[in-house]
Amino acid sequence: MSTELNPDKILLSTSSLSIGYKDKRDVISVAEAINFEIKAGELVALIGINGSGKSTLLKTISGQIPSLSGDIKINHQLLSELPLKDLGAVLSLVLTNEHVSKQLTVMELVALGRHPYTNWLGNLSQEDLEKVNQALSQVDLIQKKDKSCESLSDGQFQKVLIARALAQDTALILMDEPTTHLDMFHKAYVLKLLKSIVKNSQKSILFASHEINLALQLCDKIILIDNHKVTYGSPLELIQKGAFDALFPKDYIVFDEHSRTFKMKISED
Amino acid sequence: MSKSLLNHILLLVLLFIGIILSLSLGSVSIPFKEIIKSLLALSVENSTWDYIIVNYRLPKTITAILIGSGLAVSGLLMQTLFRNPLAGPYVLGLSSGASLGVAFLIMGAGLLSGILGEFIFSKWAIILAASGGSLLVMLAVLSTAQRVKDTMTLLIIGLMVASLTSAVVSVLAYFSNSDDLQLYIFWSFGSLGNLSWQEVGILASCWFIGLGFAIFCLKNLNALLLGENYAKSMGVELKSNRILIIVSTSILAGSATAFAGPIAFVGLAVPHLVRQLIPTNDHRILLPSVILGGAILMLICDVIAQLPGNENTLPINAVTSIFGAPVVIWLLLRKRKLNF
Repeated sequence: MSTELNPDKILLSTSSLSIGYKDKRDVISVAEAINFEIKAGELVALIGINGSGKSTLLKTISGQIPSLSGDIKINHQLLSELPLKDLGAVLSLVLTNEHVSKQLTVMELVALGRHPYTNWLGNLSQEDLEKVNQALSQVDLIQKKDKSCESLSDGQFQKVLIARALAQDTALILMDEPTTHLDMFHKAYVLKLLKSIVKNSQKSILFASHEINLALQLCDKIILIDNHKVTYGSPLELIQKGAFDALFPKDYIVFDEHSRTFKMKISED
Repeated sequence: MSKSLLNHILLLVLLFIGIILSLSLGSVSIPFKEIIKSLLALSVENSTWDYIIVNYRLPKTITAILIGSGLAVSGLLMQTLFRNPLAGPYVLGLSSGASLGVAFLIMGAGLLSGILGEFIFSKWAIILAASGGSLLVMLAVLSTAQRVKDTMTLLIIGLMVASLTSAVVSVLAYFSNSDDLQLYIFWSFGSLGNLSWQEVGILASCWFIGLGFAIFCLKNLNALLLGENYAKSMGVELKSNRILIIVSTSILAGSATAFAGPIAFVGLAVPHLVRQLIPTNDHRILLPSVILGGAILMLICDVIAQLPGNENTLPINAVTSIFGAPVVIWLLLRKRKLNF
């Protein structure tokens, strides 16, 4: 599903969304009154401390768990009205800590991203092959395509998973901590890769991350979950609102407005 | 020519050799030319030879192929469903269900003999008891599969059902007399022979149906290699897919167990052996190779069990493990890792 080049096109929006978990007895709310819009070509970071509900929000938007109330619209279509089999053509995922088989070649793994489009036996058409090759070259892995995923480094394997999502060819890509396990250079490399993907393809990427400093430098928008509340805006807007001031305990980490980075507080006494 | 195609041809050649060996070796030695004549329905020098080939060796060879490939395919399905290299066709308790059915029939016969009379000692009674036991376990597993979200939970429930049923079998064995116990133990040794053409027909129908389900799942099996969350995100209905895979396994492994007894090792080992030769996880390539591999392994084990040149035969269930396990260990030590 390709997106027309319309920079103001809204790909994902939520209105009065509440997320959390419910079973027969309890309702555990994680965050309420979530309102944001992600436009085509935007790179959006989802920031929050451990346990704040980043994964819950991603799971809710990707249809893995139901919302408690409110609406999620993808491509102006209500998520709750979208059948599971059509979801794969609308959004794709990049997950960490999944038990992904590495006994596949790079090409085979990326080609699995074409699952929503292939016939009942999963045979690749000419178009599928083109999309797979395109995805591989976007993450610069075309010369490794016949290598086994086992032989790759963590950083390269992360690129394979991103290429799989690209091959799925959806307007929206959701990622859960795509830079964990990576060194400082590869964190920066992957985030810059994401930035170039959204700029060149008019796709939108929403990724949960703990890389706040990098996200502040690079992302178009930031969704901040802090203490059940969700704040949304450009990095500058959030800084001006003072949204980051009380994110961490002040004895440990402070936000330096001048350099727009978080710094560890080292006591001088 | 691609390497995988070449390896498939190699497997086909091996299968052909296995079939020839299985047909030619036995307690009665029959000239090879006469075997071919008999298969082509030409007149054979000795009518006993013809009878042995048509009514004994040929059904046994076909049974070996159906059971070996059926168990191997269900092993592959379970290993992918549970993402666990130790899973096999019996991981959900199918064989213990079958054992329970047969144990109740043989060792609980005292209670039933009044109602069923001579029927309980017939071969059909054992087949029905084994199928009934597997079916019961399968229904129990399916109803839990509907309820649990996590596949790992299902695996643990399957193992619990298996140990529960074996415990019941132990209790039955403890209270039964030595004749019944011996009959039960002989069943649990497994046997590929003694199947009439009618029974081979039923086994083959089950094989085709079970395999049909497996082929229907191929695309989703590949998606499952990425893990359940990725599979679901690409539109795979996890629950219905899981049920299809369980039904396919139950039909393939359940029918094999009903007709030949519980045969260990083949289902667990063949997918690993085949991956050593054809190193891929693409199920569209693996399925045909696993079918061939399972059939070949079963034919080889059958030939060994015949103890060529000897009138005795070994229990097939023991042969599969005694000769198979060292082969797998040797392969793994040579390659130093499991292709999974």
